[in-house]
Amino acid sequence: MYPAHMEESIRKVEATRGRRLQETLRRLSSDEKEPLLREHHPDFIAGKMRQLAVGPNKGEYTPSELADLLEGNSRIDPDKIDLGRVDHDLDVLVIGGGGAGATAAVLAKQSGATVLLATKLRLGDANTVGAQAGTQAADRPNDSPLMHYLDTMGGGHFDNIPELVEALVKDAPEVIRWLETLGVNWDKNPDGSMHELSGGGASRLRLHSARDYTGLEEMRVLRDEVRNQGIRHLEFSPAVELLLDGRGHAAGAVLVNLETNELTVVRAKAVVMATGGAGRLHIQGFPTTNHYGATADGLVLAYRAGAQIIFLDTMQYHPTGAVYPMQILGQLVTEKVRTLGAQLVNAEGGQFIMSLEPRDVVAAAIIRECQGRGKGIATPAGQVGVWLDSPMIDMIRGEGSIARELPAMVRQFGRFGIDIVKEPMLVYPTLHYQNGGIRISADGSTSVAGLYAAGECGGGVHGRNRLIGNSTLDIFVFGRRAGKAAAEWSRKAAPGALSLDHVRRWQKGLEQAGLAGSRPVSPLLLPDYARPMADFLPDSARRSLPVQRVKLT
Amino acid sequence: MVDVYVMGRHYRVPQGLTILTALEYCGYRVVRGCGCRAGFCGACATVYNFRNDAQLRYDLACQKTVEQDMYLVQIPFFPALKAIYDVDRLEPSGEQVLALYPDIVKCYGCNTCTKSCPQELETMWFMSDALRGDIRQVAVKSFDCVMCGLCAARCPQGLVPYNVALLCRRLYGHYLAPVSQHLEDRIAEIRAGKFDAEMDKLKKMGRGDLRRLYDQREIEPA
Repeated sequence: MYPAHMEESIRKVEATRGRRLQETLRRLSSDEKEPLLREHHPDFIAGKMRQLAVGPNKGEYTPSELADLLEGNSRIDPDKIDLGRVDHDLDVLVIGGGGAGATAAVLAKQSGATVLLATKLRLGDANTVGAQAGTQAADRPNDSPLMHYLDTMGGGHFDNIPELVEALVKDAPEVIRWLETLGVNWDKNPDGSMHELSGGGASRLRLHSARDYTGLEEMRVLRDEVRNQGIRHLEFSPAVELLLDGRGHAAGAVLVNLETNELTVVRAKAVVMATGGAGRLHIQGFPTTNHYGATADGLVLAYRAGAQIIFLDTMQYHPTGAVYPMQILGQLVTEKVRTLGAQLVNAEGGQFIMSLEPRDVVAAAIIRECQGRGKGIATPAGQVGVWLDSPMIDMIRGEGSIARELPAMVRQFGRFGIDIVKEPMLVYPTLHYQNGGIRISADGSTSVAGLYAAGECGGGVHGRNRLIGNSTLDIFVFGRRAGKAAAEWSRKAAPGALSLDHVRRWQKGLEQAGLAGSRPVSPLLLPDYARPMADFLPDSARRSLPVQRVKLT
Repeated sequence: MVDVYVMGRHYRVPQGLTILTALEYCGYRVVRGCGCRAGFCGACATVYNFRNDAQLRYDLACQKTVEQDMYLVQIPFFPALKAIYDVDRLEPSGEQVLALYPDIVKCYGCNTCTKSCPQELETMWFMSDALRGDIRQVAVKSFDCVMCGLCAARCPQGLVPYNVALLCRRLYGHYLAPVSQHLEDRIAEIRAGKFDAEMDKLKKMGRGDLRRLYDQREIEPA
């Protein structure tokens, strides 16, 4: 049920629907995309980025919200932690329990390593479960890994690291089969062929889905497999600092129990960082599709330990976040809606961008339509958005298509009295993905020996803009590679004594740069959504959080 | 404003909040009982009733809007049984499901599981499909399960429908789903190195040439 003024606009959308069913907008050339992005994409807004003042990427730009945390103070005082008391001693520590972490843990275990998986929330509470549309793999006869490569490079503005893209596209079909062998249920035709769809920036139909619960299906199975394999996992136990040895090799981590503040020292011969993204930093005030714990923790820890990061000046704003009702503001409206044929339409019922352009281009076009041209639709709460004309799908693909292909979307809007079979959805870009991350090589290794990274916290494979279906591919391709490589490394590694000297040096560096007093403690661990209550402390006292002890903010 | 009761204590919160954001509005910092905040992860299983209506209701805290006189509480953890198995060494049969979850015969059809499902799945019906060994039907009917565990928390017989369904879906995917020949063919081609020479060319190609190739590529209609 929409308010009256929105219903009025919907009448205009309905009036143009017949004509639009015949109307295909042409795709923009690279030369046309560039000015659109420069003028309207959030990455290009001057003053929203800041140069990092310390660390391995000193001098490079990143959003201020992330810069604060990358330049942050440690949560622990190295002098107060007894590293002689080791709680867990094993071959491979995996930090993060989403798709990449669970995959790395399974592969490391299968490669013969002893494994501990530590995660901030529950095993499986990660962005993976929210991925709806599908997973790319070039396995149809008219497709090839070469086309997948070209699409991925083009989507990333040709900045992607070629070796990583090669690994991504060549492992993809194998990953699809591996997941099926584990028990993932792909959407298939009766003859066994995969039911595949197109996606923004993809030149072939290569999106493998499981209704619109693709990531949930993948995660349910992986989580079950971690349990079946008896892999030890600690929930509600995020890492607050990496441990290195005297040579600067990764040697474990310090974990904290989120509920009791108890610290745990883990010694490991190799560490896989799989902590996901940063949506909960609400960069530039955007709402986000990300899960509660997406706070860039892994980037912060790896950066402090000396790892190079890459492409952190670019974030992905998913073009279609929900705008109405406010209960689901910023939540994902899957790109599969556009893949199935729904167009983006302004207040007057007109198309303004070809709906299956890469995400950054579509997001910029929506922002231009709303902010630049004033052709958006305002909600009673003051948000603005454009229509995503879902009823077209059943007109193109036959009645029942929406219910069959998009049950999660039907359910999500249905809860608030909106039937997306009959009425369009109001959408606006929402913070979705960290395009860059800890720079990795094709085996998941980073610039710190013994430290591996996989999934959203890794960087390089997607260049400056990730395509649909390439992240749920990335987590398995690089989760498998990192898990295997970490297990192999652990066979040869002979780490020296555990040390937090890098944290001491980091704090000294912050003080020398004059930043220690003005930066928050990090990693953030969780965003603070609790409404501030009247506090007996003056503001100044609350801001200068004690860095000498664990302080869960 | 709406009157709600968080674990018995009275608060007034603005209209239009979800149960989760209402808890946060009341100053509660949620650690357990919150995951994706979008209706997919099942972390925020919640029960509620009303001041003058004791009947328990069930939902996901991130998806349910608060209403006047709601009594709210989160279920941070429920100790549900999960069978441990090697998916490579199973039979896709009803006997197998029964061997791993023998208690499913104890279902007496009260339908509480169905009524407690925030996804509105036909939980009791897929449990009876499981009993009959119809693995495919369990997979189809349970597919939208977010594994919040409310069915297990409420089952008077201590059954775990969401884990039984997960087993059946894994059996279906591993053993019963028809084979995708084109996928097998492509994997074999990649292993045989069919694309390696062309891939090397693409990897070495300059940005300008790559961009030209990209702009000129033919796009299959969606």
